[in-house]
Amino acid sequence: MEKKTKRRDFLFTATYAVGAVGAGAVIWPMIDQMNPDASVKALASTEVDVSAVNPGKTITVLWRGKPVFIRRRTSEEIAEAKSVKLEDLKHPEKDEDRAKNPEWLVMLGVCTHLGCVPLDQKGDYNGWFCPCHGSHYDTSGRIRKGPAPTNMEIPEYKFVDANTIKIG
Amino acid sequence: MSEHEYTPKSKVGKWFNDRLPLLTLANHLTDYPTPKNLNYWWTFGGILTFCLITQIVTGLVLAMHYIAHADMAFQSVEHIMRDVNYGWLIRYIHANGASMFFLAVYIHIFRSLFYGSYKSPREVIWIIGIIIYLLMMAAAFLGYVLPWGQMSFWGATVITNLFSAIPLVGEGIVTWLWGGYSVDNPTLTRFFTLHYLIPFLILGLVVLHIWALHVPGNNNPIGIDIKKPSKDTVPFHPYIVIKDGFALLMFMIVFAFFVFYTPNILGHADNYIEANPLVTPAHIVPEWYLLPFYAILRSVPDKLLGVIAMLSAILILAALPWLDTSKIRSAVFRPLYKQFYWILVADVLILGYVGAMPAEGLYLLIARIATAYYFLHFLVVLPVLGFKERTTPVPLSITEPILGGSPNLAAVKKKDSFKDQ
Repeated sequence: MEKKTKRRDFLFTATYAVGAVGAGAVIWPMIDQMNPDASVKALASTEVDVSAVNPGKTITVLWRGKPVFIRRRTSEEIAEAKSVKLEDLKHPEKDEDRAKNPEWLVMLGVCTHLGCVPLDQKGDYNGWFCPCHGSHYDTSGRIRKGPAPTNMEIPEYKFVDANTIKIG
Repeated sequence: MSEHEYTPKSKVGKWFNDRLPLLTLANHLTDYPTPKNLNYWWTFGGILTFCLITQIVTGLVLAMHYIAHADMAFQSVEHIMRDVNYGWLIRYIHANGASMFFLAVYIHIFRSLFYGSYKSPREVIWIIGIIIYLLMMAAAFLGYVLPWGQMSFWGATVITNLFSAIPLVGEGIVTWLWGGYSVDNPTLTRFFTLHYLIPFLILGLVVLHIWALHVPGNNNPIGIDIKKPSKDTVPFHPYIVIKDGFALLMFMIVFAFFVFYTPNILGHADNYIEANPLVTPAHIVPEWYLLPFYAILRSVPDKLLGVIAMLSAILILAALPWLDTSKIRSAVFRPLYKQFYWILVADVLILGYVGAMPAEGLYLLIARIATAYYFLHFLVVLPVLGFKERTTPVPLSITEPILGGSPNLAAVKKKDSFKDQ
């Protein structure tokens, strides 16, 4: 049978299309309202005074609700981190790329497995150990053993002056 | 709906019923023909309805005193425990009620597995049940976050981070779920909203679950199709009502024991420490009812595959009506399936045990074997068993083994002992 209702088909399709756009326009605000709001985003950077941190010490500061480890590494730790061959790493990253100033390691203290806070100076690689599911990190915060898929994240940061780090 | 037409006796009743047939519905529910051989494993449907109503009522009361704010939530829960009249009782009922709910649902699910209640024509009842079970887990998880203790906070962190395993969009989804860059106040307020919503979704699904049940009628311990109504059935009221009522009383004794004598034994001491985003408790474990799935998650060394394995372990249940190829429903007539059934029960209990232990050494090895067996049961054992197993003869009706003529010797033997008495 020949189709005779072409005009009506067009009207239906056009109506559905406009309806879908309208529904999308209503649904998007309902979804997007759950994303970080302006007040959360406003707290996105933090300045830290690190003058009191001696070599071999770590301080933990809160940035965006997450802990950030700031560790002043000893020369042995730096040497250990630099001596690792890249092919031995699950997530290959050079220590130089993770710590621009090798004495200071600034990284998110969040295990990349499921978000626990790893413990300092623990584990098989003298770095960090996550108590939740047993991930071992080295002195550069790189994953060496356990279920975590990647190295601990390095946030954006810079030295504002010799004693102050601005994170974010 | 009932086979026969129902007319209310009173004139007012008839007038109303012609406009909204609520009395017809009530009549259907009381007369609803049930197999007369239902055992006590069939009483958990009623018990679960009681659990749901208990959680909704106690939850409403708690919501009158609880404050969903990261700075006040922990204090407000302590306020409920110490200051609110009977607050301790209501909160302990609600907290232990969650555990009782899961205890009952696991018995309910394993009863279906034993008697083949998920098989044709009851697949839709079964799948609605699985959706209810998933929503229960969501509600339990969200509710556990609300007291804002250490376990609340880190449980929320670990579970929401499961979504970060999704390639490309994972991190974005986690940020969206949190409403920030970590679990914080925006997370708490939305979790409270959803925790409040889900029980009512469950209530709606329970109505569908029962509606779908009333189309084919109940399965029964010998798993045969029966005529309804017939000599093989009894009306729901008063027979099943009184039996369910008795079972419910027994269940309430267990419930009351936990509430009054060991209200915190199923919880974690760490949750009486207020949430601290800088310190992770040494040993994070979920509530007992989620442990088997937690063990499956941890037994896989890869993050994404671990999450997939855990979700599959639940979703595989939805495919069960098609994975089990046997036409015989009840395990009573399936000598091999019966054995595999009990191995599965043991396997799930073992998974639960290793889920509570640290994920290392021997525990990890056991968890891996048990995880592999869990999937093996559903993906290999059940499909093959349907073709290979020699089932024993199934009686033609519920009364037949007692009145004689059954080809099933075990059932006839019972008949003889019945005569001797």
